Amino acid sequence: MSSLAESTKVVAGDSVADERLKEWRPPSYWPFVLPALIVVVAIIIFPWVFTVWMSFNEWKVGTPTAFVGLSNYLRLPNDPRFVESVWHTLVYTVFSVILPLILGTFAAVVFHNRFPMRGFLRGIFILPMMATPVAIALIWTMMFHPQLGILNYLLTLVGLPKSLWVFHPNTVIPSLVMVETWQWTPLVMLIVLGGLAALPTEPYESAMIDGASVWQIFRHITLPLITPFLFIAGMIRMIDALKSFDIIFAITQGGPGSTSETINIYLYSVAFVYYDVGYGSAIAVVFFVLIVLLAALMIYVRKRMHWAETGGAA
Amino acid sequence: MSLRQILGKIALWFSVIVIVSPAILFFVWMLSLSVKYEIDNASYPPILIPDRFAWQNYADVLKSNRFITYFFNTLIVTGSATLLSLLVGVPAGYGIARMNAHRAAIVILIARITPGLSYLIPLFLMFQWIGLLGTLWPQIIIHLVVTVPIVIWIMIGYFETTPLELEEAARIDGATRWQIFAHVALPMARPGIAVAFILAVIFSWNNFVFGIVLAGRETRTLPVAVYNMISFDQLSWGPLAAAALLVTLPVLLLTMFAQRQIVAGLTAGAVKGG
Repeated sequence: MSSLAESTKVVAGDSVADERLKEWRPPSYWPFVLPALIVVVAIIIFPWVFTVWMSFNEWKVGTPTAFVGLSNYLRLPNDPRFVESVWHTLVYTVFSVILPLILGTFAAVVFHNRFPMRGFLRGIFILPMMATPVAIALIWTMMFHPQLGILNYLLTLVGLPKSLWVFHPNTVIPSLVMVETWQWTPLVMLIVLGGLAALPTEPYESAMIDGASVWQIFRHITLPLITPFLFIAGMIRMIDALKSFDIIFAITQGGPGSTSETINIYLYSVAFVYYDVGYGSAIAVVFFVLIVLLAALMIYVRKRMHWAETGGAA
Repeated sequence: MSLRQILGKIALWFSVIVIVSPAILFFVWMLSLSVKYEIDNASYPPILIPDRFAWQNYADVLKSNRFITYFFNTLIVTGSATLLSLLVGVPAGYGIARMNAHRAAIVILIARITPGLSYLIPLFLMFQWIGLLGTLWPQIIIHLVVTVPIVIWIMIGYFETTPLELEEAARIDGATRWQIFAHVALPMARPGIAVAFILAVIFSWNNFVFGIVLAGRETRTLPVAVYNMISFDQLSWGPLAAAALLVTLPVLLLTMFAQRQIVAGLTAGAVKGG
């Protein structure tokens, strides 16, 4: 360590000190990062490499393994259960992104106002996303019960016909989307609320003077300004909805039949019910690629929209 | 107050009630289910507040199903995973922030978008080979998949905001890197560590998917135990709802009391990422 020599140089002048401050980022910080790096390699990177390797093998727990190249991947398009699970996942995801985005933005605009007990009510509002998913799922299952559930009682109160909710193939995915929306709208709200807090006040003042309505102000001033935050919220929501597991597994296990089986639920069955580890690994790899592709697609669309708005200037 | 202002106030409160009521009604109903006897839970139309409270639902849960064992399992898994992740994650966040190694964050992003099940297949086989299945170790290790990225991510963000001048001053005084970290950077980062700690605890406590694969009868955590109650042991709603409420109660309380830290932690990554 040449710290003595360095410090004499540093006291020589402020400009030198500034320069040293910038230069003073030696690779000697590696010791700080090393333990985490070992952990990350062991539990994140190694499993990934291993998963890719297994996906090229015929690998069932308890039987000898054999290298089979791409055949696990070639099985996928001919597996009706997998193809169906992709569709379920996409439908589930589209609605689980759009609904929380709309409701969460509305909630953020409301929470952006000042009113008594605002902090407390915001705390209540975010409870659904922090609560233990399995515990929530259990209560929702009781609420969905066709005869004894509170939801059908509420429907009859307002004169609507009863529903079979998660117990019928046609209503199971909408019902699960409802739970997911209830659970994750708060996250969208928090992100948009953070965006609202950072907005400039001038456009609002002039709009008020011009006598613009609440809706006009929202549509023409707030919405364009919070678009970046909506995009981030939509991105996070999309990734989480694609991966959604706890709620679906605990409420329906993919049923009735396989009508609510998403990729993640099917992956669980293949790997840990049938113990077809090689095929399961191939599903895991394809699933990951799908998530990355959809995320990339969203970024691409966002960029195109941005160009359209600015007339290609950006 | 003008008419317009009054109408605005009414509209605001109406909106607040509409927004918050799904959460309030859900948890009120959860509580109601948990304190009712079977006959009240099965009545139609449903009863919100029963004539007789079935507190024994809670007593039943605490007595039966090895609830206490599962509680301590959860405590050990969550506690160990959180402490280990702070131990490696806080210095890592510091190192990455000071080296400006933003590309390191890509690994964390990959961890964020990978479905948890993908880690389970290879790690399950590993644990089987090493012979760790049947102990709590597999769960502690695999929970690091969740907690380590959270801690690193939050700490990078936090250390980037703490002033460099004090660290520079300490360095001029001849302090070593570790001394600077331990005596200057770490004390300043305490609020950030609190945020990382709280989020790591909550996400580890709530985790379900790792437990259903890795936990045996003796090593279940509470979310897995509750799930198994649905399918095997318990069919009456009262004790089930009581168990569900007991499992999630620590998290609900933590959310209400540490709301500021949780909001900061959850939005930090998201808002900063843009």
